[in-house]
Amino acid sequence: MAVSVRIPTILRTYTGGDSEVSAEGSTLAEVLDDLDARFAGIKGRVVDEDGKLRRFVNVYVGNDDVRFLDDLATPTPEGTQISVIPAVAGGC
Amino acid sequence: MSAAVTEADQTTSTENTGPREGAFGNAVALACRECSHRVDLGPFYACPECFGPLEIAYEFPAITRAEIEAGPRNIWRYKALLPVPTDIEASPNTEPGFTRLLEAKNLAAELGLARLWVKDDSTNPTNSFKDRVVACALSAARELDAKVFACPSTGNLANAVAAAGARAGIKTVVFIPSNLEQPKQVNSAIFTESLVAVDGNYDDVNKLASEIAGEEEGWAFVNVNVRPYYAEGSKTLGYEIAEQLGWRLPDQIVIPVASGSQLTKVDKAFQELIKLGLVEDKPYRIFGAQAEGCGPVATAFKAGTDAIRPVKPDTIAKSLAIGNPADGIYVLDIARRTGGAVEEVTDDEVRAGIVLLARTEGIFTETAGGTTVAVTRKLVETGQLDPELETVVINTGHGLKTLDAISGQVGAAATIAPTYESFKATGIA
Repeated sequence: MAVSVRIPTILRTYTGGDSEVSAEGSTLAEVLDDLDARFAGIKGRVVDEDGKLRRFVNVYVGNDDVRFLDDLATPTPEGTQISVIPAVAGGC
Repeated sequence: MSAAVTEADQTTSTENTGPREGAFGNAVALACRECSHRVDLGPFYACPECFGPLEIAYEFPAITRAEIEAGPRNIWRYKALLPVPTDIEASPNTEPGFTRLLEAKNLAAELGLARLWVKDDSTNPTNSFKDRVVACALSAARELDAKVFACPSTGNLANAVAAAGARAGIKTVVFIPSNLEQPKQVNSAIFTESLVAVDGNYDDVNKLASEIAGEEEGWAFVNVNVRPYYAEGSKTLGYEIAEQLGWRLPDQIVIPVASGSQLTKVDKAFQELIKLGLVEDKPYRIFGAQAEGCGPVATAFKAGTDAIRPVKPDTIAKSLAIGNPADGIYVLDIARRTGGAVEEVTDDEVRAGIVLLARTEGIFTETAGGTTVAVTRKLVETGQLDPELETVVINTGHGLKTLDAISGQVGAAATIAPTYESFKATGIA
């Protein structure tokens, strides 16, 4: 499954400055593995040593935060837009 | 990864000439709260190693009470403790802060507390504590030579950013959910011609802001790429409370929790005051207040876990409705370290809290303040707050901001004919 991944600024050193890259995979985990095969080290910035999404990174498949879907097992159908965004918040 | 690579990677600034000497006062670096990795001061907010939040690190000189007391009656009296230049007062801003700390004897009696104060931030220039954080963000935006001052918001933050931008004469763009109530849109649109309504909820707007911050040159999003500077503004609440109590820390303080940033910064302020010898080192307890419709931190506190499960918010306390709070884990740490707690209340209790503060102290608070008052009551009733110790509660903003939440709760006690007999019949006399 070919998908498109939006890369945040702090990870663009891995992608040669590209803000958007294509990747293969039927789940988010597979997509991250595919990215890591081409951009060595990028997966370790998104996923911690225990293989879980880092606490301060939000990953969206389409418009949905994967924490409300199936986390790394979230399906990534053909043509899906994935966004990796540092967690920020307003409010008090 | 070196700091130099990080700068090239995250910067939104201009010709790479870098900020001027002293642009950020006594701040010396940005340090990751998670892994301690350091990067140079600049428009950076996420750690390049672990995505953790970057915080301002300082090297403070000796600072005296007299020096602070000689300063202006706004947050710039604490400029030596903030990431701002020494000439900050020369730059137009909204000059927020030094709001009143009211002893609330009627509310104390109602709640069964020995002594209680309300730190009333509803009297800031745009009627909420957000003026404090935005003033610091505006200073950073200026020093980083940003051309556009921006934020995603549903209310208080948008008001504060739009007003401060107007004062500063900098282009200001505010992003809001398109279904936001008209009065709230007017509250921000009055200050800026660039109010952008986004078809989506607040999370969608926030996500869009993060994406724009990563793509556009010269944009300072207050709670994204200048967030480390912005967040420091909340420390001034802690400084003021201590100074207004006669340079001493309160025994207990109750603070609303959305992202958790304000609570962590009040704790940071108390710790700094102790380290600088400006107040006596003594125990204090910090309590967090949430609404049940969005209480992920309270849920984790009660479960005794560090794992905060994100929730989909459903509460009238919209300014507290952040389902995945970035600073939640630090709120848990502070509540546990200080012997405090994080508690939550229902929307009905929030409304009752708003009415109670208004009827006992003449302060009309927003839903976040209603949440804080209601949580304070619950903390007393459940024995988590010591009624004999001195307590401070923070009122973050004015009730006129959230009229829709309360308008059905209060109204005319009676509708009568214009005669004395009709009035007597009401029994009000």
